[in-house]
Amino acid sequence: MDLDPVLLARIQFAMTIGFHFIFPPVSIGLAWLLVIVEGLGWRRGDEVYFRMGKFFGKLLAITFVIGVATGIVMEFQFGTNWAEYSKFVGDIFGAPLAAEGVFAFFLESTFLGVYLFGRNKLSKGIHWFSILMVAVGATISAFWILVANSWQQTPAGFVIQHGRAELTSFSDAVFNPSTMIRFFHTIDAALITGAFVMAGVAAYLLLNKKAVDVAKKALKLSIVFGLIVSLLELFPFGHQHAVQVARTQPEKLAAIEGLIDGQTNAPMILFGVPSEDPPRLDYSVGVPGVLSWLAHGDAEAYVKGLNDFPPDETPPFWLTFVSFHSMVGLGMYFIAAMLIGAFLLYRKKLWNQRWYLRLLVVSIPLPIIACQLGWITAEVGRQPWVVYKVMKTADAISLTVSAGEILFSIILFGLIYLFLGALYIYLVVREVKRGPEAGQVEKVTT
Amino acid sequence: MIDLNTVWFALIGVLFTGYAILDGFDLGVGVLHLFTRNDEEQRINMNAIGPIWDGNEVWLLTGGGALFAAFPPVYATVFSGYYLALILLLAALIFRAVSLEFRGKVDSPGWRRLWDWSFGLGSLLPAILFGVAVGNILRGLPIDENGMFTGSFLELLNPFSILIGVLSLFMFTMHGALYMTLKTNGSLQTRMSTWAAGAWIGFVVLYLVATIATALVSPFLFDGVLKNPLFWVLFLLLVVAVIYIPLALKGEKYFRAFMSSSITIACLVGLAAVSLYPRLVPSITKLAYSLTVYNASSTPRTLTAMLVIALIGMPIVIGYTAYVYRVFKGKTVITEESY
Repeated sequence: MDLDPVLLARIQFAMTIGFHFIFPPVSIGLAWLLVIVEGLGWRRGDEVYFRMGKFFGKLLAITFVIGVATGIVMEFQFGTNWAEYSKFVGDIFGAPLAAEGVFAFFLESTFLGVYLFGRNKLSKGIHWFSILMVAVGATISAFWILVANSWQQTPAGFVIQHGRAELTSFSDAVFNPSTMIRFFHTIDAALITGAFVMAGVAAYLLLNKKAVDVAKKALKLSIVFGLIVSLLELFPFGHQHAVQVARTQPEKLAAIEGLIDGQTNAPMILFGVPSEDPPRLDYSVGVPGVLSWLAHGDAEAYVKGLNDFPPDETPPFWLTFVSFHSMVGLGMYFIAAMLIGAFLLYRKKLWNQRWYLRLLVVSIPLPIIACQLGWITAEVGRQPWVVYKVMKTADAISLTVSAGEILFSIILFGLIYLFLGALYIYLVVREVKRGPEAGQVEKVTT
Repeated sequence: MIDLNTVWFALIGVLFTGYAILDGFDLGVGVLHLFTRNDEEQRINMNAIGPIWDGNEVWLLTGGGALFAAFPPVYATVFSGYYLALILLLAALIFRAVSLEFRGKVDSPGWRRLWDWSFGLGSLLPAILFGVAVGNILRGLPIDENGMFTGSFLELLNPFSILIGVLSLFMFTMHGALYMTLKTNGSLQTRMSTWAAGAWIGFVVLYLVATIATALVSPFLFDGVLKNPLFWVLFLLLVVAVIYIPLALKGEKYFRAFMSSSITIACLVGLAAVSLYPRLVPSITKLAYSLTVYNASSTPRTLTAMLVIALIGMPIVIGYTAYVYRVFKGKTVITEESY
């Protein structure tokens, strides 16, 4: 059997970026929550927040290091696996990666060291500043990587000449039509992830009566925070992103929304069973006119379906549709879960609703899964292009790398990542089970 | 006249020099970790670089990103050409990074031994591979008239490149041992000083051999460069710095010894860069096929935008990096925050 290097290179990239992308949303979300926690501890002089900061800081450190370790691979992977791509778009695509290094990686990495090792060495104010810089650095990092990725989705500020894409306007390329919308959408997803991690861990501590003072304050904070960011993800961020996709990538819109044939008064599909070759949607349930209104501001407007485009220029239907709808479903669940929490908090019934606390514990991985699904929607929905309407994925690979070499790297990284993933879960669970250290009062009584 | 392309050649040189000096001692500490004798020494080793290793590694990432932005064909050709070597390097760097964070998490001898080895080998392999990579660049890569790499993984492991790999291993070990003299006391400090002195001898011998070998393997590197005053300035500085290392060690002036070794590394990278210029990757197939700062660069518009980013960003980076080094200077003390 002949191995297809394009397919292998895509699998390799999907695997390495997918695994890497488990960690940054957790890091970004936790880092911003820790900015609040350490800030409260510093301003109020409340030792409960110090113990909370120290405890969640350990979880941040474990998460962050795997994000860093797997992120190194990403910085070089365009060159190793996508050499033709790198040559063709390097004039534009390299700059955001370099800017990420200069403006973000140095900041977050350097100050994470200060935050973790400086707790008893520095003043509270400087220590708080160090976690703030970690959060700011991680967020700037997300900005630049989304600049690069958004340019692949909605390229701008360039011209094709001398056999490559050449920059004509740096600001147009950076602030291309989807950059800011996707940045807010992604950062908010990271904040939701952080909120659910903190809430789930706090719920576990409450269920097991460990460091109850820390757990209560952490749960309260994460539910209030989580409710706000979950609602913001629906509106405006998620909504705006969908409108932007409708405007800039109609093929992707047709695939994510399951619109096979173009129509006026196009429905918003709530449920459907998709199948491929040719794309088909069965048993669909939708609300008529909503998609037309969403895409064009007019319920009667014509929205193009998959069949309105050349078949070799539309993305794989099944995966795009399913991942998008699962993501949206999870997003709705996040709002519901946080609303219930806020209600219980308001009625002062939160601390002993064991069913709800258990629900929060099992919900910890869900925002991470939602992030993955969103990423799959974005990237699979962009196919067959590596740069929308400019370069096909099939033309982007390294011509000098053999399928066997790619297969070797898939197996090697697959094994390493399985090992790291297992270790990550083991160490986080272990840290959580151990819980925050006991407070002054508890220390005296025990 | 200095043009934008040359400025970027120099800036990428600066980024890789920063990496070689800063992560260089981290890698050296990792290599020395293979020779530690007990848990306390192992913890001192890891905590000596604990707060700073991650920031140090960013110099490599930024160097890679800057190479991509300024010279995309070099980034694409070298990294796809070095495919398997680079995959191994990345795997080693992954293990190295996580072992620092993981080792102290579980109180079991087996667990700790696992991460001690992972840290040690994860440092040893890159310390050699970086040298092998530089060796292959100095020797020239098999590149055809379209700028495509035509070699194989095994060709990268040629005797000359392996020689440079061993040289870089000795250099980083010396540098790491000198760093550890700043971080330790008493008998451990004495041992680190001995390690540094031993590695220094190996380094000097290998450097002389490597210089002769380079003249034989890649005579083109010396074409015209001997008339370049910058070459001689760097060379004289190198000689002074190298000779001063054992003198400073003998007088127990550890900080000066460490600075000398940092200057040594900077001079070596500088000399390699001056000899290569204007080529970034010489072609061993035919010198005319080489990738140069002119035929492999991004557009002036991109180079200018990147220069603005570098001029705004890097002074800030250097500022807070210096601050952080000051905060964590002094001997390594194991506390509850430690790994």
